Amino acid sequence: MFRHEDTKTRSRVSLGVALFVLACAAPGAQQISNDRLRDASREPQNWLSYSGGYFSQRYSALTQITPANAKNLELKWMYQAAVAGGWQTTPLVVDGVMYLTQRPNDVVALDAKTGRVFWIYRYNIPGSTIVCCGANNRGLAILGDTLFLGTLDAHLVAIDAKSGKPIWNTQVATATSGYSLTLAPLVVKDKVIIGVGGGEYGIRGFIAAFDAKSGKEAWRFYTIPGPGEAGFDSWRPCPPQNQAAATSGRDNARFCDPDAWKHGGGSVWVTGSYDPALNLTYWGVGNAGPDWNAEQRPGDNLYTDSVVALDADTGRLRWHYQFTPHDRYDYDSVQIPVLADITWRGTPVKAMVWANRNGNFYVLERETGRFLIGKPFVKVNWMDKFDEHGRPNQTVQPPGMPTWPGNQGGTNWYSPSFSPRTGLFYIPSWEGYATIFGGVDVQYQEGRNFGGGANRSYVPVPGAPGVPGLRRGPINNWTEAAATGAVIAIDAATGDQKWKFPMTDVTDSGILTTAGDVLFTGGREGYFQALDARTGTLLWKSNLGAQISNGPITYQVDGVQYVATISGLSLCVFGLR
Amino acid sequence: MRRHLLAAWTVLWAAAPSAAQTAPPGTPAAPPAISTEFARVEYAPADIAYGARIYDAQCTTCHGSNGDGVGGVDLRSGRFRNAASDQDLVRIVTNGITGTGMLGFKFDGAEVSGIVAYLRNMNTFDRGSVKPGDAARGRPIVEGKGGCLRCHRISGAGSRVAPDLTDVGSARSAGSIQRSLTDPVSQMMPINRPVHVVTRDGKVINGRRLNEDTYTVQLIDEQERLVSLAKTEIREFTILSTSPMPSFSNTLTADELADVVAYLLTLKGR
Repeated sequence: MFRHEDTKTRSRVSLGVALFVLACAAPGAQQISNDRLRDASREPQNWLSYSGGYFSQRYSALTQITPANAKNLELKWMYQAAVAGGWQTTPLVVDGVMYLTQRPNDVVALDAKTGRVFWIYRYNIPGSTIVCCGANNRGLAILGDTLFLGTLDAHLVAIDAKSGKPIWNTQVATATSGYSLTLAPLVVKDKVIIGVGGGEYGIRGFIAAFDAKSGKEAWRFYTIPGPGEAGFDSWRPCPPQNQAAATSGRDNARFCDPDAWKHGGGSVWVTGSYDPALNLTYWGVGNAGPDWNAEQRPGDNLYTDSVVALDADTGRLRWHYQFTPHDRYDYDSVQIPVLADITWRGTPVKAMVWANRNGNFYVLERETGRFLIGKPFVKVNWMDKFDEHGRPNQTVQPPGMPTWPGNQGGTNWYSPSFSPRTGLFYIPSWEGYATIFGGVDVQYQEGRNFGGGANRSYVPVPGAPGVPGLRRGPINNWTEAAATGAVIAIDAATGDQKWKFPMTDVTDSGILTTAGDVLFTGGREGYFQALDARTGTLLWKSNLGAQISNGPITYQVDGVQYVATISGLSLCVFGLR
Repeated sequence: MRRHLLAAWTVLWAAAPSAAQTAPPGTPAAPPAISTEFARVEYAPADIAYGARIYDAQCTTCHGSNGDGVGGVDLRSGRFRNAASDQDLVRIVTNGITGTGMLGFKFDGAEVSGIVAYLRNMNTFDRGSVKPGDAARGRPIVEGKGGCLRCHRISGAGSRVAPDLTDVGSARSAGSIQRSLTDPVSQMMPINRPVHVVTRDGKVINGRRLNEDTYTVQLIDEQERLVSLAKTEIREFTILSTSPMPSFSNTLTADELADVVAYLLTLKGR
């Protein structure tokens, strides 16, 4: 008996060793190939990049949830973060595994069906890190079995998706100068592309690509051109008599900074898009620095507040369009470049649709950057018309008078959505919202705030609260008097509003649409809502209890469609009953 | 359901009296007329006077009563080496300046507003023109002749129908308190606006708004009950932009008003 058991045990051991050797000799198939990234729309059960695909439409072909059954949505599981603070990340879902970032700079892998955790990668941030507008991270990119993470101290880290262990770590920029990486990277072919944040710290912004295998930098495009480069003349020289150092903002209003371009801003802090057929990658560029004292940086200040189209292999600029030349208002063009094939005046057009922080909706032809449509989607009084090339005629308001939209914009970084089924472009927007802008001279000092502003919220009662820029508590004490929110649905082919879903409070939530013609979005009030994507009719809502400020996603595991969003410190995942 | 509700609200809005602002949930109000208040930075005389008192008590040890007590620093000049904006001044007064003798001071909002207003007007402010109020004389006016506690509450006494004033001396600036007494509508915070509700079953509720979102509204009613209503259950919803508080311009003398302001500024919460 004993011998028999012993023999049996030895046999099992031998078999186990043999299998282990075989497994080690034949590494598993790589998870995410370039083909899968390019054709992400063919596998809607997954969410393979920040915006769900290279065209960044935040649209899914899943159809299980419909306007008819959305009322049957229920909470399936939750995952709670441990570190307080805004949580703006968009998870990835790869064949049943969800990868997401959480504060301070962690990566978590968990079961997308149950929420149970496989591993957590913790990245330690030095205490000297400077983060302008919240220690945020908005997500990851993946290629093969490797995840890519941008860090708050401006490193790009490659992480093994199975073990959560780091593979390489490349310093992208100098964190003590105010650079940070808060966006999800974009993988194109064999490269990982990322941009830098820090637009309130006098950085010189750039977009850079790194070899996915080695982490070695492949190309870099500065969003502020240097001497001799195209666009440098948009940073006009200063008259000698105005170059004296400012001693006081009030006394030296004519200060002009001769080195303005060196710290001209142009941050890039949300993920770009990619058109494989044109091999162009598109990125929105942030505000000029200093944000509000435009007088000290004369000129259009390229390529701030622009979209740039870059050759994905070389980083060379193919075209640009500047939404807000010589920006006085911090109107970052840090929005998701949404690519859509539309019919414009009867002609099929490879288009880019864009709702800008400056309050205008735009359609550009994405091969050349040609301006097709520019129309306000909220009240706008900083400009009144476009010329034929799309240059706005700026109408600067007198000192002390309000400018619409206000500092946080008619929309901001929150992901919009485009549904190819409805042809509608959906914008999370702030309405009735204005700021009284004012600039003061500011000298650049490395690592110091470089805003140059003395702004006030426009409120009808002196001393009444304006809308908080980033976070809020559960009481809306600024009310409709300061601003309201809405989902605005615009016909991408005409720029005409088709419907509007009004909200009492403003919204920082992204928008997801699906082939079931359901739209999902949140807001500062903490409601997660399903709307009919064709009509804007409310189908279902759930009060999750805290501000929603990420972009919802959808995915499918074992035949069940899930929708995920984040409210406060809770990742909430819903499915049908 | 929602569409029908919106339609009902729209009709009501058109029929509403001009003093009322009624709108469907989430519909932004028409932009208010631009007040000249916004055309320039204004410092209310009450803030300047209050700031002068605090300056005298807290700042003269180093800066002197004329603002020139620290070598190389002349506060009366209106030029500040480390501050361009009022926000900068607030930051410096609150945090101090590292490596110098300038320490940070723990002032509340009313106090720091006063100090900034005073610093900006130090060279023109005439102390002789201001008769400071007397808080001790102000209290009996608030509790008696003024009748303030019929609607407001202070440290547990009075009504809850209007906002509690227990910490008004730190929440509001001196200038805001003064204007609240003479022109209450101009100082009413939008969140505190009175609401008039008729529910679908005909129940009428009047109260003060405490919170509102797309789907619900929270208020305290005239019987001091906390009420939360789903907007789908509401037939009429009116947010008034006028305040039920009377102006005291004609019922209190200038001295009495100054005394009331002085007393209210002592209410710093608990």
